[in-house]
Amino acid sequence: MKAKRIIVGLLLLLLFLSGCSQGQNRGEVVNIYNWGSYIDKDLLRKFEEETGITVIYSNFNTNEDMYVKLKSGGTNYDVVVPSDYMIERLIKDGMLRKINWQNVPNIKYVDAEYLNHVYDPHQEYSAPFFWGTLGIIYNTTLVDDVVDSWGILWDEKYSREIIMLDSSRDSLGIALKYLGYSMNSVDSGEMEQAKELLEKQYPLVYAYLVDQTRDVMINAEAALAVIYSGDAMDALSNNEDLEYIIPKEGSNLWFDAMVIPAGSKNPENAEAFINFMLSPENAAQNSEFVYYSIPSSAAKELLEEELRDSEVAYPPKNKLKELEVFRDPGPFIKVYDDLWQDVKNQ
Amino acid sequence: MRSFKKAATPYFIWALLFIVISLLMVLYYAFTGESGNFSTENFVRFFAGSSLGTLWRSLKIAFFTTLICLVVGYPLAYAISRLEARYRTLAIMLIMVPMWMNFLLRTYAWVTILSKNGVINSFLRYIGAAELDLLYREGAVILGMVYNFLPFMVLPIFTVIDKMDEGLIEAAADLGCNKLMTFIKVIFPLSLPGVASGISMVFIPAISTFEITTLLGGNKTNLIGNVIEQQFTVTGDWHYGSAMSVVLMVFLLFSLIFTRGEDEMGTGSVTSTAEVDRE
Repeated sequence: MKAKRIIVGLLLLLLFLSGCSQGQNRGEVVNIYNWGSYIDKDLLRKFEEETGITVIYSNFNTNEDMYVKLKSGGTNYDVVVPSDYMIERLIKDGMLRKINWQNVPNIKYVDAEYLNHVYDPHQEYSAPFFWGTLGIIYNTTLVDDVVDSWGILWDEKYSREIIMLDSSRDSLGIALKYLGYSMNSVDSGEMEQAKELLEKQYPLVYAYLVDQTRDVMINAEAALAVIYSGDAMDALSNNEDLEYIIPKEGSNLWFDAMVIPAGSKNPENAEAFINFMLSPENAAQNSEFVYYSIPSSAAKELLEEELRDSEVAYPPKNKLKELEVFRDPGPFIKVYDDLWQDVKNQ
Repeated sequence: MRSFKKAATPYFIWALLFIVISLLMVLYYAFTGESGNFSTENFVRFFAGSSLGTLWRSLKIAFFTTLICLVVGYPLAYAISRLEARYRTLAIMLIMVPMWMNFLLRTYAWVTILSKNGVINSFLRYIGAAELDLLYREGAVILGMVYNFLPFMVLPIFTVIDKMDEGLIEAAADLGCNKLMTFIKVIFPLSLPGVASGISMVFIPAISTFEITTLLGGNKTNLIGNVIEQQFTVTGDWHYGSAMSVVLMVFLLFSLIFTRGEDEMGTGSVTSTAEVDRE
């Protein structure tokens, strides 16, 4: 009998709790799904104070993780911040809602060169959040050669001193670029050559890392590493022996942008949030917190000098033209995946 | 006894929801293609390609890990069981206490010990010896696994030896066995059930781990656990990931069958919990 009473009690509690969260849904909320450590949480509080809209905030680790969650339904995110090629895929799948730009006047602060890129050619679905490049970070006390080419990552002199990215797209992309091909190659012959190049490199590589790279470089545990510009910026400010360059063969230029999923329950609140994040003052505050580059000159002007004038975060414009943005390869991604596994299976 | 059975009902519901149904979902995903139609393409891809190499490597590393754990763990378990009672508890505590700490934290500590500017190399530099390149190698992965899984080998073996009937050992001595012969003829055969459960308790986590390879192997030693994890988090191909999990499960099933065979061979008084259930 006692057990029954406990169970009934628990059920009532459950009903009560679910009632609570329903009640909350009736208030104004905006449900945000973003990369880990990609926002200054003070900004969320500021947004809540300014608009009275409650922010529900959660994180994802990879674009693919986010995609699966969005696709499987049952979630009601209002703002998501995927990368370029993933936005392209989401648009293709009809999973995004067009943004009503009348509610987002601050889009005017975004510079023209960050708009209408291939992933969203008519700028209907996305508002740029951060952007960056892929390049080589190196320790000047451990490297005495001139670093200007991906080729140094194949130099036997630096055996067990090289850190590659543990990512099929990026690593095969680097090999493709070094061979003079496009980073978006879907040609089996080119892919095979890129794979062989990476297999040749395998014995020289110290480790394949992503998030740990920054710490390893700060601690001078390796001479050279492939890294995203924002992480590089962070590392450079912690160890003055470090330098960051974008190799002459070209590299990847990437964007993370805010989008509204088709199933959003609070699209107006989503637009209010997007507008809020695009305001120069807020964008600058966020950039100083996470170190990535902002797509707006007006916001850039408000940055601290060290970040604003950094060529790591803001490379010269002529350099950016040579960089390539990732496209969604569709089912061909499996080829990337299998070849990458081959590389690491030695 | 009836009321005990009733008390297990929550567990049965739990098992149905979180073991049986999720297992069926894995099977469903494994045998379907992108569009949800029945297909064996995931298995064809597995057995035709690079994943087979990964599986082979995982088996190899898991095998060596288990072997080292056995070679190190058996004498340790034996020595502990021969200790005086008060030291015995202390020794077991020394093995258990590190396990109370988070597994990732303990593994991460090895990064600090093995890295280029880490504890070992700082010491070597201090005494003027040549530095060693220890981290991000297969050896570091095996070290990490042995370190983490050794207690799972020691504890079951210790339990079996500890509970062994002293009378049998005395009888062996009375019948003319010297210490070595007693060990070979009596103690070792009687401890086999413990060895068998130790082996499966080390082998199974060793073959499917992915955190240790990430942290200590620098993702250079790709194991099947890493590849499965990537299918879910990076590639987003749940079908292929599930198919690989199914293949792995088949291998683990084999190792369980092997363990059961050992159990039936052992004539000792200690039987595994599975056996008790059936009785």
